Amino acid sequence: MDTSVDSIKTRVIEIIAEQAVLEPSDVTLESTLEDLGIDSLGLVESIFAIEEAFDISIPFNANAPQESDFDITSVASILKGIERLVAEQHG
Amino acid sequence: MKRVVITGAGTINALGQNVPDTFEAMREGRCGIGPLDIPDVDRLAIKIGGQVQGYDPEDRFNRQQLALYDRFTQFTLIAAREAISQSGLEFSGALAARAGVVLGNSGGGMTTLDENYRTVYEDGKNRVHPFVVPKLMNNAAASHVSMEFNLKGPSFTVSTACASSNHAMAQAFQLVHGGAAPVMVTGGSESMLCFGGVKAWEGLRVMSKDACRPFSANRNGMVQGEGAGIFVFEEYEHAKKRGAEILAEVAGFAMSSDAADIVMPSKNGAARAIKGAMKDARVNCSDVGYINAHGTGTAANDKTESAAVADAFGAHADKLMMSSTKSMHGHLIGGTGAVELLACIMALRDGVIAPTINYEEPDPECALDVVPNVAREAKVDVALSNAFAFGGLNAVLALKRFT
Repeated sequence: MDTSVDSIKTRVIEIIAEQAVLEPSDVTLESTLEDLGIDSLGLVESIFAIEEAFDISIPFNANAPQESDFDITSVASILKGIERLVAEQHG
Repeated sequence: MKRVVITGAGTINALGQNVPDTFEAMREGRCGIGPLDIPDVDRLAIKIGGQVQGYDPEDRFNRQQLALYDRFTQFTLIAAREAISQSGLEFSGALAARAGVVLGNSGGGMTTLDENYRTVYEDGKNRVHPFVVPKLMNNAAASHVSMEFNLKGPSFTVSTACASSNHAMAQAFQLVHGGAAPVMVTGGSESMLCFGGVKAWEGLRVMSKDACRPFSANRNGMVQGEGAGIFVFEEYEHAKKRGAEILAEVAGFAMSSDAADIVMPSKNGAARAIKGAMKDARVNCSDVGYINAHGTGTAANDKTESAAVADAFGAHADKLMMSSTKSMHGHLIGGTGAVELLACIMALRDGVIAPTINYEEPDPECALDVVPNVAREAKVDVALSNAFAFGGLNAVLALKRFT
């Protein structure tokens, strides 16, 4: 698996775009999930797809998103979290 | 009490992917049962079923929908679209607030369970898709129908094994009959033709390896089917006011419990439900021209059902027609009564009695007119639909020709 920062970014944006039914070019680092029209079910589905793609486990609790050790404020924060988890779990 | 009529019907099953195709297959006595096309079929002892063929879910639903719709939900929505479209109803405002959906189902999202058990047990993975629970729950189909058609009144799922659909339609009938709802969407569905679903049935040793031959002396068991049947039950004055086409009248029903055995049927329990349905519908024995039998093709059911009909009808038992369409579409378990109600509608409205196919040898213990092998034309005023479930839970519906 290619775990370079660029490759993670490309793959994560692809997953988020697919969930939002958008082109990857429409998804920017500043976008929030709300901007992209991704609801709570869409979020857990995206997290599942990301876990599958990178073989990582994301500590996300849908009951208390703000208390999870995974920041979903924007695409950028999600990416940062994934980079950290990939490094921790495959480093 | 309000009169209840049927103003829409929809289906997908092994005989066809809509009502007209299913009627045509029933008229022609076509068999929808064939080799199963499922993963690991080589490890099954039973390799046949009434599978829906030529069906591509992606032709009917988008990717997001399919992430949430198990096969039984897909079938339900396809049949509901046909039924509601035929009824011409649109649900908004006061009608939407009172109209609901009651469906029968036994196994829930068994394909979803099967696939995800493979993921965790066979493939050793520790993660499953997040929608496993909302996909497999038994009420998923009823909930998605409520969402797609904006039905906001009483809605739930009934699970009584092979009688689920009949019990569900009985509840829908009661809600309209008693005035609680002007319209109810009802019926049922099932999809357990997956490795685990068929393997479980194999365990009981009641399945046929070659064909479903109800009431025939050489019968050797049941054959599973899959699909859905959905109907619009509407209060008669409501339907009349808007000039809706009426397919048949639902005149009454009865339920009974054998309180005896978890798998063996009882003549008494079945006869009580049959008599109760006639009493509820205020019809005499001699008014009944057709019975859609439970007719599973097992040794136990067919002789018990024949004895129950003889008991309930006395001398008239020799004059009425009783067929089992399971011989053609298989046993849809929790959805079976719904698909079989179509045969009752065809008898009442079109005057065509669906046959019991694969009938080869008379059985003295099933000595009724089972309409062997070839459909028959006959004028029928009242039809009954029998369902006798594992666990001894019986439900019989009575329909009248609408005039």
